[in-house]
Amino acid sequence: MERHSASMLAVMAGAALPVMVALAGPLGLPPVPVPAANPMTSEKVALGSRLFNDKRFSSTGEVSCATCHDAGKAFTDSPLTTSEGINKLTGTRNAPTVVNAAYFTHQFWDGRSADLEDQSQHPFVNPVEMGLPNHEPILKIVRSDPEYVASFKQVFATEPSAITMKHVQMAIAAFERTIVAGDSPFDKYYYGGDKTAMNEAAVRGFQVFLGDGRCVSCHVIEQDQALFTDNRFHNIGAGINRIQDKIPELAPKFIEAKAKGLDVDKAVLSNPSTSELGRFAITEGLDELGAFKTPTLRNVAATAPYMHDGSLKTLRDVVVHYNNGGVTNKGERVNDFLSGGIRELNLTEQQITDLVAFMEALTSPQYAKPATVSALVAGGTP
Amino acid sequence: MSSNYSRRSFLRTAGTVAAVGALPVTWVELAFAKPEDNFTFAYISDSHIQHIRGNKFVNNWDRGLIRAVAETNLISPKPDFVMFGGDLAQLGTKAELDHGAGMLSKLNGKLRCVMGEHDYYLDLGEYWSKLFGPQYYSFDHKGVHFVVLNSILTTEEWTHNRWPTAEQRMLEMAGLDNPNGSPFMVGEKQREWLAKDLSGIAKDTPIVVFSHSPIQKIFKAWNFWTDDAEQVQALLQPFSQVNVVYGHVHQIQYNQIGNLSFNSVMATAWPWPYPQTYAQAESMLPKLTIPMNRADPFFERDATGWQLIDVNTGRVSLNYNLYSNRPRTVAFDPKLGHPVDKQFQTEAALEPNQVQY
Repeated sequence: MERHSASMLAVMAGAALPVMVALAGPLGLPPVPVPAANPMTSEKVALGSRLFNDKRFSSTGEVSCATCHDAGKAFTDSPLTTSEGINKLTGTRNAPTVVNAAYFTHQFWDGRSADLEDQSQHPFVNPVEMGLPNHEPILKIVRSDPEYVASFKQVFATEPSAITMKHVQMAIAAFERTIVAGDSPFDKYYYGGDKTAMNEAAVRGFQVFLGDGRCVSCHVIEQDQALFTDNRFHNIGAGINRIQDKIPELAPKFIEAKAKGLDVDKAVLSNPSTSELGRFAITEGLDELGAFKTPTLRNVAATAPYMHDGSLKTLRDVVVHYNNGGVTNKGERVNDFLSGGIRELNLTEQQITDLVAFMEALTSPQYAKPATVSALVAGGTP
Repeated sequence: MSSNYSRRSFLRTAGTVAAVGALPVTWVELAFAKPEDNFTFAYISDSHIQHIRGNKFVNNWDRGLIRAVAETNLISPKPDFVMFGGDLAQLGTKAELDHGAGMLSKLNGKLRCVMGEHDYYLDLGEYWSKLFGPQYYSFDHKGVHFVVLNSILTTEEWTHNRWPTAEQRMLEMAGLDNPNGSPFMVGEKQREWLAKDLSGIAKDTPIVVFSHSPIQKIFKAWNFWTDDAEQVQALLQPFSQVNVVYGHVHQIQYNQIGNLSFNSVMATAWPWPYPQTYAQAESMLPKLTIPMNRADPFFERDATGWQLIDVNTGRVSLNYNLYSNRPRTVAFDPKLGHPVDKQFQTEAALEPNQVQY
């Protein structure tokens, strides 16, 4: 099997693969972990793709998963700051890419879902995303639409009346596990042995990434693969700096409301201040106040703007934010709960430029501009 | 370190005390006869605020204290008071003590302080006392008698006659494995005061003693040590429930000697032990001559923390808030008659230490 997602899918389409524990990843990525309870089949992936792109699963009939996770935009809604759901309602968070989400141990910026299966059910019923009152409208469609009925029967051996959201979520997750992308100039340079694959600036930037930039401590690379994330949560001064004076009032109030049954999913996406509590809203751990998941850096050049709130427009802005020790403008006050890894870096202008060049070398061929190859990725159209 | 630890909230919501499932065992309300007598206090210690020059201070140590103060202010319900356990400064200067006092002034609620050797040996505690008051004292709170000792004194000769300058005296006492150092002691004058202070206290009154150094003998070369520990202990032994809480050691320790339970608190500055390769940048850490286990050199707050202490059945339970690490609780076990780490008791619960090569 070639180490490429598109060809991987072709192989799967050729012969039904009933159970796989892991699928070979493209160059630079480990095998894709597949839960034993949700084995990959080409039919399931095709069903998941169709569900992912179905706009009927929103209250207005205008929004699908793909609206904010657009294959043509590296599965984000770049260049939007925060995502637009039904009726152009905006939430509080910048759409994270689906690309390589199969590898993450937590989903959502605050990690409130443990896996893709769980994650996929929430945006349907969030009032600022797809706006359904509950999951019933989805079940009504998949139990009556003849194509869905046939697909669910084939994939899950289930009668229409027995189709549940669990089946829907499994199919979407299976589809998302095929959205993996490596094979970037960096992968060719570092894992493929092609020393010409990255330009000189990117090669210098790689050294900044490993050294003075302190990037690699969280955006992890290994000897034979690189996810560019530690799957952990850090307060890096993004977002929370803005509301830091409100925290003494906000944090205890939120905990109290949560104990009384507040819907955390809705609260963090609809209230900009609550959103900035980050991982703390999920775990209530003091050392995760204002902390968000380390995103992968793969294809980062295609997914501007940056950070969970989309507050930084360019990769250069991101590097400057870190260089300032966790504030966007030098001299601003950093929040009291800053992660211990963040401090001023004293990078030179040259190092900053080189570091940006390195991040631009993390783009997989299918997301490189011009975006003519997006069709390579499965599920471009339903 | 994995981030998948099950977290425990340090914030309790008013009116939800019944939902103890998510709370640490020590917070179950069965303590004193009158539940309203139960209380918590926060304990922050060993911040080692270090002046570089002008208005520059070591950022790492600043961040530790800033964070502990901010987190303490979030605790709900509010702790009854906050203790600072000593070594606010690194070299006892006005600049360091002022800078540290400024950060501590952001605390909501009553602050009380313990003298550390790094606060003391430049001017023998003069400026510290101006900021924070007496160097040893006692107070009563909800039926518990609290005693604060200045345990980092040493001989008259070493203090007054040995060093040409106050600065050198401070540096000599700040060093580890330093043959020029001198063992800490509470001293005769304070022991006499303590005997008098305790004379009117009923023997079944819970006693909590705060000192900077351990009032027990652990390791002399680092002054994990108080030379007259036995004599101080003897004054405390007649009481049925005594807790001694100390800083200085920058790590979690606990011990039982007779009726005396000993608990240490964490530092907000750096962990003992720490590795030589602490950070890529100049670390400003004191030199250590004995290699120790490692902390994560990237996350400067790793292996530091602060604690929320609750007092029930007359014994203290220390809830450690540790960054990037699982929170821990060390509490007195009445069946065993000594403090235990609530989690790490059986062999199976232990996590293997990292081996250094």
